[in-house]
Amino acid sequence: MTRHSVADVSGLPTSGFGATSPMWWGTMAFMAIEGMGFALGVASYLYLAFLAPEWPMAPPPDLIPGSLVTALLVVSVLPNHLLDRWTKAKDLKRVRFGLLLMSILGALPLVVRWFELGALNVNWDTNAYGSIVWLLLGLHTTHLLTDLVDTLVLAALMFTRHGRSGKRFSDVSDNAFYWDFVVGTWVVLYLVIYWFPRI
Amino acid sequence: MSGRAGNVRFVLVVSAPLGLTACNVWQSALDAHGQSAEAVLRQFYGFTALSAGIWLLVIFAMIGALRRRRSLAERLAAPLERRSRPEAFATIAVSTAIGLTAAILIGLTTWSFMTGRTLASLRGRETLTLLVTGDQWWWQVRYEDSQANRTFTTANEIHIPVGQPVKVKLESNDVIHSFWVPSLAGKEDLIPGHQNEIYLKAERPGVYRGQCAEFCGYQHAHMSFLVVADEIPDFEAWRSRQVATAASPTGEEAAAGQRVFLSRGCSICHTVRGTPAGGKVGPDLTHVASRKTVAAGTLPLSRGSLAAWIADPQAIKPGTNMPRVALDPDELNAVVAYVAGLQ
Amino acid sequence: MTSHPADMTKDLRDTDLDDPTLDGILARTWETPRGFYGWLATVDHKMVGRRYIVTAFVFLALAGLAALAMRLQLSVPENSLMGPDLYNQLFSMHGTTMMFLFAVPVMEAVAVYLVPLMVGTRNIAFPRLNAFSYWVYLFGGAMIWIAFAFNTGAENGWFSYVPLAGPEFSFGKRSDFWAQMVTFTEVSALAVAVSLIATIFKQRAPGMSLDRIPLFVWAMLVTSFAIMFAMPAVMISSTMLILDRLVGTQFFNPAEGGDPLLWQHLFWFFGHPEVYIIFIPATGMVSAIVPTFCQRPIFGYQALVLALIAIGFLSFGLWVHHMFATGLPQLGESFFTASSMLIAIPSGIQIFCWIATLWLGRPILKTPLLFVLGFIFTFVIGGLTGVMVASVPLDLQVHDTYFVVAHFHYVLIGGAVFPLLSAIYYWFPKISGRMLDERLGRWNFWLAVIGFNAAFFPMHLLGLEGMPRRVYTYPAASGWGEVNLFISLMSVVFAASFAVLGWNVVRSLRHGIVAGPNPWNAGTLEWAAPSPPPPYNFLRIPYASHREPLWNDRDSLPVVSGLRVDARELLSGSLAEATPELRESSVDNSIWPLLAAIATTAAFVGSIFTPSAVVWGGLLAAIPLIAWFWPKGNPEDEE
Repeated sequence: MTRHSVADVSGLPTSGFGATSPMWWGTMAFMAIEGMGFALGVASYLYLAFLAPEWPMAPPPDLIPGSLVTALLVVSVLPNHLLDRWTKAKDLKRVRFGLLLMSILGALPLVVRWFELGALNVNWDTNAYGSIVWLLLGLHTTHLLTDLVDTLVLAALMFTRHGRSGKRFSDVSDNAFYWDFVVGTWVVLYLVIYWFPRI
Repeated sequence: MSGRAGNVRFVLVVSAPLGLTACNVWQSALDAHGQSAEAVLRQFYGFTALSAGIWLLVIFAMIGALRRRRSLAERLAAPLERRSRPEAFATIAVSTAIGLTAAILIGLTTWSFMTGRTLASLRGRETLTLLVTGDQWWWQVRYEDSQANRTFTTANEIHIPVGQPVKVKLESNDVIHSFWVPSLAGKEDLIPGHQNEIYLKAERPGVYRGQCAEFCGYQHAHMSFLVVADEIPDFEAWRSRQVATAASPTGEEAAAGQRVFLSRGCSICHTVRGTPAGGKVGPDLTHVASRKTVAAGTLPLSRGSLAAWIADPQAIKPGTNMPRVALDPDELNAVVAYVAGLQ
Repeated sequence: MTSHPADMTKDLRDTDLDDPTLDGILARTWETPRGFYGWLATVDHKMVGRRYIVTAFVFLALAGLAALAMRLQLSVPENSLMGPDLYNQLFSMHGTTMMFLFAVPVMEAVAVYLVPLMVGTRNIAFPRLNAFSYWVYLFGGAMIWIAFAFNTGAENGWFSYVPLAGPEFSFGKRSDFWAQMVTFTEVSALAVAVSLIATIFKQRAPGMSLDRIPLFVWAMLVTSFAIMFAMPAVMISSTMLILDRLVGTQFFNPAEGGDPLLWQHLFWFFGHPEVYIIFIPATGMVSAIVPTFCQRPIFGYQALVLALIAIGFLSFGLWVHHMFATGLPQLGESFFTASSMLIAIPSGIQIFCWIATLWLGRPILKTPLLFVLGFIFTFVIGGLTGVMVASVPLDLQVHDTYFVVAHFHYVLIGGAVFPLLSAIYYWFPKISGRMLDERLGRWNFWLAVIGFNAAFFPMHLLGLEGMPRRVYTYPAASGWGEVNLFISLMSVVFAASFAVLGWNVVRSLRHGIVAGPNPWNAGTLEWAAPSPPPPYNFLRIPYASHREPLWNDRDSLPVVSGLRVDARELLSGSLAEATPELRESSVDNSIWPLLAAIATTAAFVGSIFTPSAVVWGGLLAAIPLIAWFWPKGNPEDEE
């Protein structure tokens, strides 16, 4: 079979942002998978709560550390979006600064999270309530941790010669997008873990 | 059906969808003697007949498609050449088939709900309530009554009065089991932390075999029981005998057997009402010799099977929670004599 | 790693190159280096797909041998061949392997090989993730079978109900190995699903708008979404199980507020879609094969696409029909009866459209089409018994009996394995360059269809006669003996059909008729590539002018030009219309996915024995993962 050319694609760019980039769809797919995991975790929490004669099966968790984590995460959304904007402008200097800032803002909630675990007022092996609360927190902490590592690696990368590639900017943008997801899921979990037992 | 020649069985296999199956003395959903099982069986035959018809239609359509004569022009046509008339005909045929599918499914769903209502109609009309608790791998049965002296506990054999709705409450002491007497009704699970219920109504007297239907570990295969449907006077007589405490051992050997029973650990797990034996781990043995089977339907009850079971339970039901107790032959014979006397 | 032209800024395009020159350059750019290291480091979707398929068939053989051993035990009543300990492991390994290690992976494997070819691209999206998924799958499957060899195989069925599988009743490490096997296979299945979604969304050939996507590709898209939303449920539940067993959480312990039914809800929320995750790709295969062997386009393309999507959605509304006997509220059960009945409609639409295509076309009775006919013959029976078990009263009678064993084998073997066998005969020439033998193919077909139906149809009757599932023996007085003996004999006939397939494959690899690019005169793009396809798949990226481009452009294939050829580059386009948007680079071979899979395996297996493995294992796995993403200075990394 012979071939004949019907189009010339030589002028197309080699990287793009958002829905143009396959990596964005990959990130999106992983967020859908993990979001489903969170949703099922919350569903399990509610299932156990409605089954139990009384809920919570221990004093509700102390509000202060959890609320502090929430505040830190919500505040971090603003610099995160600034970083995303600098990324799309391919402003390497500001992107470097933004990634360093986001590394710090990613590490801070993890520090407070340590105190949060101590303020849950229940152990994972005390009863099913303790088990599911620890599971939800564990699930989210894993996400905080992996995104922090991801941010640190990207930050290091942007200080090398590889930082000038268009693909790297696209990666930073996807990482910022993912951080929004980590914050968004936490807001839901915060309401479930801290406020559901109080209503 | 046991003992029939293989070719007869095969004819039965092939003819099963046509409803040409014989009575079965073992447990069988095709041998219905309970109100629920009969309703389900009617629905099953209806669904089966309809399914067979649908399957034949699909196969005829498929064979017709293969055998249809094709003109020379049609055989030489390029893949993308379109012929609009046959396409239009196919559209109508496929749409009709989809419409019929939907209509049949609505019909079947309605039929299913109607059977469900027949099953539910026994609810709340019970004249007898039992509590069946599942254990690895036997069934504890408690007859409940508002009068405390009419309640009692037995195991692995349930007697019910014919024609009376019976409520069976289901609980589990360990893992999930499922209570199933195919000739009388469908099944219901016994789940730790939950209480379920199932209703039985036997239409005819008889002995109906049941078996655990949910995988429950090593001896899931040997966790069966019997439901004996008696005429009401027979049932009442049986109940009176079961309420009574155990008979005293008669004869020297049985008396010696009772001493062995009480001294060699049997009583740690088993209760014999009217004696110091009060263990709650294993089946209540107060009237064990009145039952038809040993070890949850594993062996038919006889002195021989009792001796074999007591001598080495692990050989008969590997993994069973009943330990092997080292008894010398005289002790074993004595214990068997004692247990066989617990009528 | 592939050697690249020394001058990295060269940026050589395909526009003005003649075919032999282009072939030479592309082959060098996309090749997998010879030798063991190259074999380990490859990210070529065809090599990964091929080894995925072979591995899945090895697991099929193992699970099939387990089934034959079970049939041997059940062939006579009160058989003393094996005790409950071995039998329970055998049926657990059989179900676990068939569901987690054969059925889902083999469908994804075929897709890994075919989807990039069918959509006209040069490699799957995220090729390293795809390679990683294979290694994780291989290690997970090997782990559970090695555990079985050491008498530590799964023992609580493929469903592992708690409390039986929980800390109180399942001693040793058997349940833990099972739970971690789930983690392995889910990680790999999810990774492939993500790769496939991105490939189908972004890497379709220009012109391949949504309404020109081949139905098999549509089926894999729906399947990948079903995997994304179903698999997290079993990952969560198996994590809960392993936490209950290892660190004393109380998820399933009713004494401390837990509930055994939580396990069942989560497991079946995954487990029911799982059946469709296996079945939907199979229907996609049928929809690809029927038009070729009728030499006309499929009848009802839009209806079939909608049916696939409908099945995908509805499959998430059926899970409670596995739990009718658990005493859930009646109203809820009625809802699930209705939704279970409803899914018969899209399944029916597919059957009717295939028969209409057969009716309108001119059927060519080669082995692939024979297996499709065998599929319709068999699967319709499974579908109809499926309608029966959707009815609560009927289900309560036949649930957990051999009737259900018969039902789901009709659905899974009739509905998925027969289409898979059809697909093997159909696409083998594409993969190997040679045709499978037609005479052996007919032997394979008749042995499979007769052996299967003779072995499994009588199980319906056994179930109705009261034989429960998962019993290692049964009394002689039950009267089940003769039918069981007959079933056992017929299962040997069915097994023989796979021996014929194996022989056919081995023989044809050497002596089969050379196929050429399009031996069946099919219409979709995979047949535009040579058989077997070169590492770069297509000399030039094709332009899809039609749903069946090869039938539409019979003389000359429209292609696009302007892609870079001295670095791995492919086209990325818009979601709906596949309008080209990017010259997207595709990553080079890498050993890091394998090393990451080894580190992940160490973490997963370690956590069976100590919770601390989660920490050190996580750190261990982070190293290869970072190395995997870190740019190596290839031209692909610097775009």
